[in-house]
Amino acid sequence: MKTNWLLGAALATTALAFVASPASAATKFEFWYGLSGDLSDRIQDMCKDFNASQADYEIVCVSQNDYDQNLQNTIAAFRANKQPTITQIFDAGTLDLMLSEAYLPVRQLMEENGYQIDWKNYAAGIASYFSTSTGELLSMPFNNSTAMMYYNTDALAKVGFEGTPETWSQVEDVVRKMKAAGYDCPIAFDPSGAWQWFEQFEAIHDQPIATKSNGFAGLDAELQVSKTKFVDQLTWIKKMYDEGLLIHKSKDSGETANDAFMNGNCQITSSSVADHGTFSKQAKDGVHWTVAMLPMLDGFERHNSFVGGASLWTLKGKSPEEYKGAAAFYAFLATPKQATWWSTVTGYIPVTLSGFEAMKADGFYDAAPYKGRELAIASLNMPAGENTKGIRLGSYPSIRAEMVKTIQSVLFNNVPVEQALADFDAKGNEILRRFEQTYKGKTLP
Amino acid sequence: MERRAYYNNAMLPWLLIAPQLILVFVFFYWPTSQALYWAFTLEQPWGGGNSWVWFDNFLAIFRDRDYWSTVLRSGFYAIVTTGLSMFVALILAAFVDRSLKGTRLFQSIYVWPYAIAAPAAGVAFRFIFAPESGLIGAVNHIWPGIWNPATNGLHALLMVIVCHAWLGIGYNFIFFLAALQMIPRTISEAGAMDGARPFRRLIDLQLPLIAPTAFFLLIMNIISSFTDSFGLIDTMTEGGPIGQTEVMVYKIYFDGFKGLDYSGAAAQSIVLMLLVICLTFVQFKWVERRVHYN
Repeated sequence: MKTNWLLGAALATTALAFVASPASAATKFEFWYGLSGDLSDRIQDMCKDFNASQADYEIVCVSQNDYDQNLQNTIAAFRANKQPTITQIFDAGTLDLMLSEAYLPVRQLMEENGYQIDWKNYAAGIASYFSTSTGELLSMPFNNSTAMMYYNTDALAKVGFEGTPETWSQVEDVVRKMKAAGYDCPIAFDPSGAWQWFEQFEAIHDQPIATKSNGFAGLDAELQVSKTKFVDQLTWIKKMYDEGLLIHKSKDSGETANDAFMNGNCQITSSSVADHGTFSKQAKDGVHWTVAMLPMLDGFERHNSFVGGASLWTLKGKSPEEYKGAAAFYAFLATPKQATWWSTVTGYIPVTLSGFEAMKADGFYDAAPYKGRELAIASLNMPAGENTKGIRLGSYPSIRAEMVKTIQSVLFNNVPVEQALADFDAKGNEILRRFEQTYKGKTLP
Repeated sequence: MERRAYYNNAMLPWLLIAPQLILVFVFFYWPTSQALYWAFTLEQPWGGGNSWVWFDNFLAIFRDRDYWSTVLRSGFYAIVTTGLSMFVALILAAFVDRSLKGTRLFQSIYVWPYAIAAPAAGVAFRFIFAPESGLIGAVNHIWPGIWNPATNGLHALLMVIVCHAWLGIGYNFIFFLAALQMIPRTISEAGAMDGARPFRRLIDLQLPLIAPTAFFLLIMNIISSFTDSFGLIDTMTEGGPIGQTEVMVYKIYFDGFKGLDYSGAAAQSIVLMLLVICLTFVQFKWVERRVHYN
């Protein structure tokens, strides 16, 4: 973070030097984002390219370390009227912003500044998460992903499984054989991964996390996880945990689930497709792996998985010139060349259909190390269901944290699954009612 | 006899204390009044307005069973941390005070932990106590599963408490040592002449004489363990597992900054503030009576 800050300061100083010279009259505007490390460096590259591509605007990109911190800092800045023009907000923070009246809808921004965007070009599964009930996109989809299952192919081969498991019963069969074949840790499991183990499970089985299409139809939605198939799934997870087939791996235990997988200590893990690039780069020599869509329960039709990641919001209270700059930046991001570059160097999926088609036509997905990433888009483009648009629930980060506690209490403290999930619903509903009261009189856009 | 200073210029005294007043106002009264206001309203995080709800926020947290377990946990945390930290510091100070071999060296070494930032210590302790790879985790090779702060809430809480106590030892040590060295040697020596062993002299002579220092440290430690645990918990456990290391100050942070429930967090900080004020008041009222300053 320190280096990012220094980098930012250095950039700002250089920028100042440019502004000071009379020849340059570029409009400067800020973009805050919540990524660090390698991904932050890529965003800095992107900003440099944008500044080099034209002379009218100059974007200053500032890393705020992570999504949470970026959200907090943006809110603090907004309340003090010192907000950036563009900020990156993660999926779970979407609803708060939607109700805030602190933003400029991206569609309006682009139209007012004379850009013709084909909004149908944005993949439906992605766009719905960031759109109004009438389908108007409010923020610009930026770095998006979905959850996948990663398998060690050597371990699969050793137990004689062809391809990758499609159902959870196949997974169970495979992990039992792996254990018998001497693998200590068939599945790496981190309860804090509620996003992939719980939310995505509900999505692909079209199970309602909450009433009213997970809150899309109103702020008075109620949680009803204890009435869904996740009861069976959590019971299964508990059974696997007790039998030592699914091992707890987290930061606290000393090795994260993804590290355990990359080091070859665990054979199966579930994570974002955005980690595909990390796995390619960091997997230990001799660890061979592949990626697949999340497994299904027997007898269910597969639906689309939820989109994860973040989108770009344009905040109110800035000058028309700065908005012109922001619109130019969005248009720059949407160029096929830029979209391909971003998707290549990160692992995030292309957010536009044309971007995806172009990459497919170029043979991007045909060979390692990018082969397999197309499955994420396939997963997002499965048939939609009543409960697969996304999650539009207030204070969702708190509810997600409750789910992490719920899974932990089932695994570590042997709380019965039905009771744990009923408690989760009750607790979550209190959070939701409180949120509803805070935004009394407001309706979803 | 009354002695008072007079200023000819009525403004001068105010100017002299102004820097202090401004600091206290800006960093204490202003934020506190804001928190108080928020505690009685429902505040929208993005500043879109708020509504006055009287005591709803307080009623909501008092109805919440999880909140009460957080309060109890904070109490347990404060008592154990303070007890452990002061006890160890007193023992160390008593030994250093006896001028044993290497005293001067230990005198400096024991203070060091105080200079370490809480998050840095938190990271170090997390590695030491990690169940699979840490130094303490090695006990799992002898008795599998006996130590696991990643899944056992009590283990995790103890891990944080030990780290917090360890960080406070240096501070407590220096105060205890200074107090012990203030005691005239003759008193100790007289006790020794009468045949009192070092332990007896500590209990009967030195402890009563350093009571004011011990009382001061008690208050400082209790306050610190209620309010300073945030940095440690955030780096070591983030409140988990199963929320069993979530103390009051961490819940305030989580609800306010992660959950964006500004009003609920404001109400909780008011409760925490009142609790700390009450505790300090009780200590002055009841414990101080038993302390003799002369």
